[in-house]
Amino acid sequence: MKNHFSAEIIGVAELPPRRTTPGETTLEMIANVARLAMKDAGLIPRDIDGLVVGPQVGETPQHVPATVAEYLGLQPRYADIVDLGGATGAGMVWRAAAAIQSGMCETVLCVLANTRDPAVTPRSPNRNPIREFDVPYGGSGANQAYAMIAQQHMARFGTTPEQLACVPVKQRANAMLNKAAVFHGQPITTTDVLTSPIVMSPLRLLEVVMPCGGGAAVILTSARRAKDAPHPSVGLMGAGERVTHRALSQAPELTTSPIASAVADAYAMAGVGASDIDFLSIYDCYSIVVAMTVEDAGFCAKGEGGAWLEEHDFSIASRLPINPHGGQLATGQADLAGGMGHIVEAVHQLRGTAGERQIHSPKRALVTGNGATMSEEVALVLIGAEQ
Amino acid sequence: MTTPTTTTSIAKPGFVSTRLTTPYWRAAEAGKLLLQECLECGHLQHYPRNLCTKCWSQDLQWKEAAGDASIWSFTVVGIPGHPAWGDEIPYILALVELVEGPRLMTNIVGCAPESVHCGQRVQLRPHRGARDNQTLLQFTPFTRDN
Repeated sequence: MKNHFSAEIIGVAELPPRRTTPGETTLEMIANVARLAMKDAGLIPRDIDGLVVGPQVGETPQHVPATVAEYLGLQPRYADIVDLGGATGAGMVWRAAAAIQSGMCETVLCVLANTRDPAVTPRSPNRNPIREFDVPYGGSGANQAYAMIAQQHMARFGTTPEQLACVPVKQRANAMLNKAAVFHGQPITTTDVLTSPIVMSPLRLLEVVMPCGGGAAVILTSARRAKDAPHPSVGLMGAGERVTHRALSQAPELTTSPIASAVADAYAMAGVGASDIDFLSIYDCYSIVVAMTVEDAGFCAKGEGGAWLEEHDFSIASRLPINPHGGQLATGQADLAGGMGHIVEAVHQLRGTAGERQIHSPKRALVTGNGATMSEEVALVLIGAEQ
Repeated sequence: MTTPTTTTSIAKPGFVSTRLTTPYWRAAEAGKLLLQECLECGHLQHYPRNLCTKCWSQDLQWKEAAGDASIWSFTVVGIPGHPAWGDEIPYILALVELVEGPRLMTNIVGCAPESVHCGQRVQLRPHRGARDNQTLLQFTPFTRDN
């Protein structure tokens, strides 16, 4: 008898079901049962580097894995949510095994819980920690979080508004070659950025992604089947993921993000370094994210991102083009499209279907995705088919 | 600052707490900031949970913070994330690092927004405004007098 998967189950726990659970929160129940499973497995918390949760934790529906990871003090390299109703538990098990087998992580906690308190309506009161501890101070929305990240970067490293303004300016220039961009044909100058209204100090309007509707999709198949596809296929050389927090007060650091760990893992898996990357398709919801990503991905030293952006050519003529389609700041991105646009652009470039903005025969791309408040980070190293 | 002639009709989000966090907010009403201390490994944490984020021990006790902190980072809010704060701009939203270690979201009050900077020493100044649904654990720049 041979196991198909190389991963094995080493611990389990269950809280005795009760008709009512007055006063308890789902996060507390998750903590209780996770702790029991950890003890059953003979582990300590830092052994756990993967986390799979279900929906409905008495929370907002987004960022559930990050919320649970933060509550438990975990920093998983694989964080997922499975939403298959009564098949969720079973669905979690094979996904956890697949994640382990792929080398993304080694030890995965799969955890589900719900409270039941008929006296409370709605069934899932929104009582997550951000709602309880941040919102009363007028701290809600993404702008305030990224503003605080930018503020500390400027205070620590002397990063200037002019340097950060380069990001939307250079990406608007790239978008001149992308008819699908929201701001196609609308170049801007550094002065335009610096005179745009401050929405949340030190962030100005033109450094912030504009709300859009839209969608994006990607299809993967087996290597065998890819041979019959109409376009040259694009391979996944390496991937890395890291989730560290949900509320900014819980972030391990502000000016180094979990992108650093995610990219390091992706490079290691791919057997490459920053110098092997031909172009960047990186998440750019705010100018500061691009500055921190080029630092965290090893293209310049920590703190030098501002100066590097000022000097660097983003265009397709560059040795290292950045967001050739214009990125989110010039092209736009629907928030629930989850950064997929950066993958779509990287695939077009690597298979040679980018049209007038085609980079000359690129081989490898670094793609990043960033969620919540520089909390949920994924890095991919993509490679084009041999030309 | 001039007093606005019209106030927003939008109410602030209601007070939220759980059975576990009730002592924290009770203490806040009395002007105190409570942390959780792990009796197993000594770790201090905020926000309150039912286990220690370091070792997962559930042997935790409340510990009052001294109320001394420094500004980890901040922003002066121009466009609030929630419209109920529309009348209060510009206000200072900050993450402060307590001398004990944990960090929390708060406001910096009693000073001009342009005077605030990262690393600035601040001290606890609990306050309940007319439109607040709870006592807020705000901070103000440190002086020898207050």
